[in-house]
Amino acid sequence: MKHTQREMESLKEEVKQMWRLVISQLEKAKQSFINNDIELALEIMSRERRVDAFELKIDSDCENYIALYSPVAIDLRLTLSLMKINNTLERIGDFAAGVARHVLDDDCKKVEAKLIEELQIERMFDMLMGMLSDGFVALESENTRISGKILAKDDEVDKIYHNAIDILSDYLPKNPSYTRCGLKLLLLIRKLERIGDHCSNIVEEIVFYVDAKVLKHSGDKISKT
Amino acid sequence: MIEAKNINFYYGDFHALKDINIKMDVNSVTAFIGPSGCGKSTFLRLFNRMNDLIDKTRITGECIVQGENIYDKSIQVDQLRKKVGMVFQKPNPFPKSIFENVAYGLRVNDMGDKKIIAERVEESLIAAALWDEVKDKLKKSAFELSGGQQQRLCIARALAVSPSILLMDEPASSLDPISTSKIEELIHNLKKDYTIVIVTHNMQQAARISDMTGFFMMGELVEFSETKKMFLNPEKKETQNYITGRFG
Repeated sequence: MKHTQREMESLKEEVKQMWRLVISQLEKAKQSFINNDIELALEIMSRERRVDAFELKIDSDCENYIALYSPVAIDLRLTLSLMKINNTLERIGDFAAGVARHVLDDDCKKVEAKLIEELQIERMFDMLMGMLSDGFVALESENTRISGKILAKDDEVDKIYHNAIDILSDYLPKNPSYTRCGLKLLLLIRKLERIGDHCSNIVEEIVFYVDAKVLKHSGDKISKT
Repeated sequence: MIEAKNINFYYGDFHALKDINIKMDVNSVTAFIGPSGCGKSTFLRLFNRMNDLIDKTRITGECIVQGENIYDKSIQVDQLRKKVGMVFQKPNPFPKSIFENVAYGLRVNDMGDKKIIAERVEESLIAAALWDEVKDKLKKSAFELSGGQQQRLCIARALAVSPSILLMDEPASSLDPISTSKIEELIHNLKKDYTIVIVTHNMQQAARISDMTGFFMMGELVEFSETKKMFLNPEKKETQNYITGRFG
């Protein structure tokens, strides 16, 4: 392997390390939320700084790679994709920290378990972790066959979010003492829905890198993958 | 339009170009890239019959410039070279003054009187972005100019006889980045009046200045496509391996 390729591989490896960290943050966010685990929430908050540090380091390494090696073709597409995936992972890390803040928020501790189940928040978390893991595998294997499946999951996540609005619209007027808590819960669900969008953006970047196709703003993306 | 149809070229027994087919548009810049010995310079030189000067060479197929096969027996090579100018890798000014270097082609081709020649020399030096630097020392030897200025002088010399096509064989490879940048800017500006075909080893240069890029390997034109496409998403694996440095 030539040294330019080794540099590129090490850049890719850094992004994969960050990716693993973000998946772990999301997994911890789920556990922390489901079990109302304060310690775990504090751990997420603390590890968020590592996600931020990764973002700065990868941004800088991508800039250096472009400046020093003038990548073209697949190398250029990979560099551009890694830069965007890096920024997207950082946003997902922020949302995981947002879940932790929700767990630490005193307003949010008195939600009925039945409501949480009805809102399908745990399923939402599982789908998002699946999307993020599948994206990781797609990059690792440079295979985009799985991208349609990931994008379809984002549609499912969106449905859960819209369904949650209906459920809370119905529930809160009947339980006014939960209003503040319920609104914060909707914000949390909105964060999870945004994570789904970010996972889709990551898939778009991998398709751009591997297949040189632009899926962004292209309507029915699933059929195009 | 410049066109090559089923071109095969041989140096003795060596098959240097294999069945090349290509069309290059008027007022465009086409760059040829590829490893040393791939045939790109040989191909470039076909278009003003520079390869005729080499012994034991043979060509089959057609090279069409402005509707004529330039290898047809009726073609006069001197007339062809007025239409198709050439700039080489190393600046090669004549041991004459700056003015006489540019006027040379006009004089040997008997292209006008003293006044017309003076006008044409000035126009050519302006077109080659050299006029401002040399207008006060036209009688000085061309060898007093820097390498970059000498190369632009050679471009002015090529332009003086009003060609419509300019062939450039690694025109900036011996120049520093500032002179290279001036040559590239010049190529960009000349495109509106000339059809330019350039051979370069500098892929970033090909990416910066050309509209279309052709990749040669082992005598074959592996890929010919829009430069933007070539450098973002080449069709062929061989092209990708070469431009990303994975070749060999």
